[in-house]
Amino acid sequence: MKHRFDLRVGPVGFRIGSAWPDPVEALRRLYAGYPASDGVCDFTVRLEPEKPWRQRLRPSVAIRGDYMLPDAAPLALAHGLLAAEMGMNLQMALGQRRFLLLHAAAVEREGKAVLLTGHSGAGKSTLAALLGERGWRFMGDEFALLDPETGRLHPFPRAVSLKNESLAVFGQVDAGRLGPVMEGTPKGTIRHLRPPADAVARMLEPAEPALILFPRFGRDSPCETRSVGAAEVFVRLTQASTNYVALGRRGFDALTRLVASVPARALDYPGSEEAVRLVERIWAG
Amino acid sequence: MAGPRYIADPPGAVSSVELEGLTALYHARSGTTHILAPPAPQILAALADGPADAAEIAARLARGFELAAEDAAAAIAARLAELEAAGLVHRA
Repeated sequence: MKHRFDLRVGPVGFRIGSAWPDPVEALRRLYAGYPASDGVCDFTVRLEPEKPWRQRLRPSVAIRGDYMLPDAAPLALAHGLLAAEMGMNLQMALGQRRFLLLHAAAVEREGKAVLLTGHSGAGKSTLAALLGERGWRFMGDEFALLDPETGRLHPFPRAVSLKNESLAVFGQVDAGRLGPVMEGTPKGTIRHLRPPADAVARMLEPAEPALILFPRFGRDSPCETRSVGAAEVFVRLTQASTNYVALGRRGFDALTRLVASVPARALDYPGSEEAVRLVERIWAG
Repeated sequence: MAGPRYIADPPGAVSSVELEGLTALYHARSGTTHILAPPAPQILAALADGPADAAEIAARLARGFELAAEDAAAAIAARLAELEAAGLVHRA
């Protein structure tokens, strides 16, 4: 393709090709400091005109690659960066076989990882990113990669996708770490945040899972936590995994091992600061 | 009258892990994961000794558990029907 960007995020190499220069330029700026995929590319993402005449006339970006969804809606060129991010997610969700993929954020301290998982809008991205600014190592906000052989979690520290009101929480970070504000996307207003430098520098360093949290944001929520039974955790994590079924017995063994050995708590919170305090309190035991 | 006799898949065809009172079971042939509540895992374990109907399974389980004999066979027959629908036991 005319414009190309190679990128390594944790143990995964991506090659992103684009018919337009802008999405690739935006990726280059957002992922400044990330290693290139050093020739080993696990997945390819292609940003192409939806139809040949849509390259210049009201440009419309179709997300294509090794794995595709037939009914994925194209995006406006102004949202090309989002298209690239969605493309990388899609390749992982549909094609990843090396790791059990959990739709979860993760942070690490002293070699031990906290998994944060929940429905879209539960606040796991914001919470993980905020913890990443407060002394935790940010491991990822979208996918946690569980190695079926070792039981360890591998980082996937892609740029954090900040949505709508969570943008305000990161007003103090270095502006160079922020991508363009994209308004009117299918997910509302979005701005990407490059993870802290230590998250990028240590992206190949796995961690031992030590705690599973199910955060749930609600403006009127009480601030409270409760334990979650192992069978419920297991079922929720099978639902949070995009490739559990595809991995067969490897997936079952990896997930039951995780659930049987790691405590889990649900966490309801009315705001990010309260959530950070709750996580710290649970962590301290 | 004796009810239908059932067999379970051989050990190795399934993996199971107990998770706080419930059992997660992976059925290799179908690639399906099941969550089982008692007495379903115990019924599957009892079938490891060979094909049996509900009354025989009740007798096998009675060796290890206290069962109310007259209700046990009927309850086990109902669970066997569910296990059959899930593809975890088959008619012998």
